Amino acid sequence: MTVKQISVFVTNMTGGLAEVSGVLGSSGVDIRALSIADTKDFGILRIIVDAPDKAVSALTGSGYIVKVTEVLAVPIKDAPGGLSEVLTVLAEAGIFIEYLYAFATRTNAQDAYVVLRVPDNEEAEKALTSKGIKLLAPEEIYNI
Amino acid sequence: MERYYQPEIECASREQILDWQNERLVKQVRHVWDNVPYYRKKMEEKKVTPSDIKGVDDLYKLPFLTKDDLREAYPYGLLAKPLRDCVRIQSTSGTTGRRVVAFYTQHDVDLWDECCARAIVAAGGTNEDVCHVCYGYGLFTGGPGLNGGSHKVGCLTLPMSSGNTDRQLQFMVDLGSTILCCTPSYAAYLAESIIERGLQDKIKLKAGIFGAEAWSEEMRQDIQKKLGIKAYDIYGLTEISGPGVSFECSEQTGMHINEDHFIAEIIDPDTGEVLPEGSKGELVFTSITKEAFPLLRYRTRDICVLSRKPCSCGRTHVKMSKPMGRSDDMLIIKGVNVFPSQIETVLMEQGYAANYQIIVDRVNNSDTLEVQVEMTPEMFSDKLSQVAEMEKQLVGALKSMLGILSKVTLVAPKTIQRSEGKAVRIIDKRKI
Repeated sequence: MTVKQISVFVTNMTGGLAEVSGVLGSSGVDIRALSIADTKDFGILRIIVDAPDKAVSALTGSGYIVKVTEVLAVPIKDAPGGLSEVLTVLAEAGIFIEYLYAFATRTNAQDAYVVLRVPDNEEAEKALTSKGIKLLAPEEIYNI
Repeated sequence: MERYYQPEIECASREQILDWQNERLVKQVRHVWDNVPYYRKKMEEKKVTPSDIKGVDDLYKLPFLTKDDLREAYPYGLLAKPLRDCVRIQSTSGTTGRRVVAFYTQHDVDLWDECCARAIVAAGGTNEDVCHVCYGYGLFTGGPGLNGGSHKVGCLTLPMSSGNTDRQLQFMVDLGSTILCCTPSYAAYLAESIIERGLQDKIKLKAGIFGAEAWSEEMRQDIQKKLGIKAYDIYGLTEISGPGVSFECSEQTGMHINEDHFIAEIIDPDTGEVLPEGSKGELVFTSITKEAFPLLRYRTRDICVLSRKPCSCGRTHVKMSKPMGRSDDMLIIKGVNVFPSQIETVLMEQGYAANYQIIVDRVNNSDTLEVQVEMTPEMFSDKLSQVAEMEKQLVGALKSMLGILSKVTLVAPKTIQRSEGKAVRIIDKRKI
């Protein structure tokens, strides 16, 4: 069970991010989670949104280079040790994490969520579910 | 007092120089006609035969040679001697796929060395000097040329080649180098390093012979002041022999062309018409003494001015100004010839779009090359490590094509400046 993450290539310049988020805003796309990986010259903006297809067409229509990747969204307890519990499961199963980012929501104060990018989604999903950790379904995260 | 390596040649009368040129040109045209079918065909197309060339005044009748000819004729098409008579090749920095290779007989190497010896003596060199050569050795003509000249003069020659600044400075101090031969940007860098390390009192340099790239009068003053030396310019190109085609004397107002070996013309780069003395135009050389690789009317693409005003140094050979620009899109970066088409080839091979911009600048007296290229959907990844790896590969591929390190900047699509639909490929910010 994976969710769609949209990555956007953004040149490092003043107003660059304002422009991307402006495109999303004016097409009525709501951002659920966000992270940026940056270098000296450019950044990779990664977002989870409520309407991925709409976001992709709005961004490509505005000339952005985007890439859709399937990632895992895992609820974690919003308490000390919450993140560690999930990561330990993956570590013990020998699963490498390319990157991750976390977000909290207002609807469920007990839970936070972590987005995980791993080489093999199925393998990671199997490891997590075998330990009773349930993954977030696409419609759940899009509708948060 | 001005000193000369070959005073009877360097200070010969104009009539004497012209006699040499007339006689040698007639002989050279015959040599090329008999031995280089490629050029003979060009002459036939222009309906010129060797009997039409009776002296320098007939030079204009001969067809031009360009870098394209040299690439087309690669490797042996312009060779005028059997390989058993050749002892050396040198080559220019790469061009799209094909390099330019020049051949030398022992006689050619000797004459080239003599030209460089004239430059070293004009810079005050004698057999008492320690000549520190940190031009690159190898296919590049800089190192071998000055090395040969230094031997002829009888200097103790330090064949340092380029790079490894620590070692350069150590030898400079320990062996008491007195003449420095390198690119002006490396000289400026060495000067900074000497000051940083407080070695000013430990170096014995008195003169520098700097060439292979463009440099300004301000840069000369800066190097002279920092190193406490006199800095001389030297000019040359592999196609014609290498450094020493022309060199500066104590007057430092232009470079004397070794006219007993090379006839210089200035032409209109658009029409090919020969321009009167004192006009600014493209420099064309005819080598009249080279045996293995005798180029007739080779277009250098360098724009400059010739002057026969008497020189206070006593030399009578014509002087050329520093090149003021190029009549093609070739860039000279860190002494290396770079064509935008080479960069384009690498980008295509690596899967990028042909949308790029080359930004050349000079930071701390050293040239920098930046290649900005637009990201494509195919190349993009959500993983930073993957994008960084691609960038690294591109830097590596550019390095192996150009021979110099460049900075690669990936930019968003359609961010590269276009003027009237046509991309602006080169931004040269250097103020020379």
